[in-house]
Amino acid sequence: MSKEPILKVSGISKSFGGIKALNDVSFDVHAGEILGIIGPNGSGKTTVVNCITGFVKKSSGHVFFRGKDISRKPPHKIADMGVTRTFQIMRPYYSLPAYKNLVVPLFSPRAKRTGGWRGGGRLGDRNTVGIDILEEIGFERDSYVPYKLAATLPTGYLKRLELARCLALKPEIIICDEIFSGLSMSEIASMVPLIERLQMDGITLIMIEHRLRELFRVTDRIMVLNFGKKLMEGHPKTVMANEAVKAAYFGSQTVQEVMDHA
Amino acid sequence: MTLPSEQERKERIDRGIKIRSDSIYAMMSHRELSYLTLPRLILIVGMLMIPLVIPSMYWQRVFTISCIYALLAISFDFLAHYVGLVSLGGAFFVGTGGYLAAIANTSLGLPPWLTVPLATLVGGGLCTLLLLPCLPLRGVYFAIVSLMYPLFLARVIEALDILGGTDGIMGIDSFPNHWVEQYFIICILLLILFGARRLVNMDIGLVLRGVKDNDQAIRASGISVTFYKSVAVFIASAMGCLSGACLVHIYMWSGISQFALDFSIIPIAATVIGGGGTLVGPLLGCLILVPISELLRDFGTLRIVFYALILVAFIIFRSEGIMVYGQRKYHQFERWIKY
Repeated sequence: MSKEPILKVSGISKSFGGIKALNDVSFDVHAGEILGIIGPNGSGKTTVVNCITGFVKKSSGHVFFRGKDISRKPPHKIADMGVTRTFQIMRPYYSLPAYKNLVVPLFSPRAKRTGGWRGGGRLGDRNTVGIDILEEIGFERDSYVPYKLAATLPTGYLKRLELARCLALKPEIIICDEIFSGLSMSEIASMVPLIERLQMDGITLIMIEHRLRELFRVTDRIMVLNFGKKLMEGHPKTVMANEAVKAAYFGSQTVQEVMDHA
Repeated sequence: MTLPSEQERKERIDRGIKIRSDSIYAMMSHRELSYLTLPRLILIVGMLMIPLVIPSMYWQRVFTISCIYALLAISFDFLAHYVGLVSLGGAFFVGTGGYLAAIANTSLGLPPWLTVPLATLVGGGLCTLLLLPCLPLRGVYFAIVSLMYPLFLARVIEALDILGGTDGIMGIDSFPNHWVEQYFIICILLLILFGARRLVNMDIGLVLRGVKDNDQAIRASGISVTFYKSVAVFIASAMGCLSGACLVHIYMWSGISQFALDFSIIPIAATVIGGGGTLVGPLLGCLILVPISELLRDFGTLRIVFYALILVAFIIFRSEGIMVYGQRKYHQFERWIKY
């Protein structure tokens, strides 16, 4: 892990009016790893994603992707470089069928450049390439599901559609914003191997999660945010054993009260 | 068929023939083929026949003007329902296209078959350039800004007394004869109608529809929203400029009434009546609305009242529009089922 990090976030801050959503957060992501970002509600996890991918303008700080400064680039340029994201609140094109949802990212400059999915490129019809990607991500090809309107799909499929949109761009990094939330246990169980396969395909992942148990199955390094500050980072076990992290999650007072009653 | 009660609801199911004719296998039977082609043939043949069956020159002219409005209405429908930009810029496009064609014709001496394409392309580019700063705006804010331009340009021409001032530019060449004029506009209209329908179902059209549905997701897909919005605005404004250019050659005159709000409002009313998002609906709406407004001309100012009544009736009784209703009846059957 002594190599140059693929994504280097150095000292980013963001304030919305008087509220400091992020305060001097720095971390590195190395190629091929899965980094988990956890923290209580409102700790600035999604803001980190928004700042990296350019959806929100940083107040200060820099983001480097493969050594290049991407801090001031617009979101579509950042996605064009291969840093893609999913949205916590799913954003499919509701009026289009699921597979047509993928025609849009396949039409992007990056997808055209990288030759689409598995070298399909200009030779391959975008519709078939789209269905191929959907099959990879767990839509049953022979069922009606890939052909249904996105508006009629349940949450589980919409979350997969979010991932599929990233995959259509042949990304280098996927930032998953709470990809497990709102899913049933069985849906999560089928999603975990998917994440593991993405890692094996050489894609670097950053996962923002509340579902810690599932997160710890796939990741070996996590970072904890609280009130927009980075508390610590490291192996899941050492992080969860940390007193400050416990306090952040359970509230220091509550912990104290529990201790008193014990 | 039972009477509707609280325990029952209407169920809509696609007709078998619609499903059979969805794919390439429709080619295998005459029934399916005619199911697909007949509505289109009726439209095309009907449009081409109308000038022949209309007796008077006056009503032929009204029909031509309806087609001009139909172009504007298709451009409005395309922008509003497939790109999500509600534009009140019809008058802006007509005025720009009209004045460009007029200048090209009178100052440069170009014949109509050159001025029309010139005004279409240059006008489209010019309108896109002027609307470019407003593209981040959405919904009603974009509508307001696009309404501002025709008012603004008309006042500029009036105040600075340029481009003929309030008198306008006179002495513009007309089309060779009224048959050429009519069939040129009808053919262009049909070409644009089918072209636009094709466009919105192509891959680039899906991107445009994506911009309407969810522009954040477009950004996350590595696609520039502003670029595709400006492409769409160029297409729509070029359509508008084309209609403006045709209009000045029909009237042989270009004036600030080219910036009149009629050109912004009637296309919207026609889209409401014809059915938004169908592209052919606005055409139908114009063929109904423009002749009606001519018929009501005898009533003087009272015609506004009748006109408004018709609109209100449509909004109350058929708010989805004629074409949406018609397409539903054509493709689906309905039945009452128990919950």
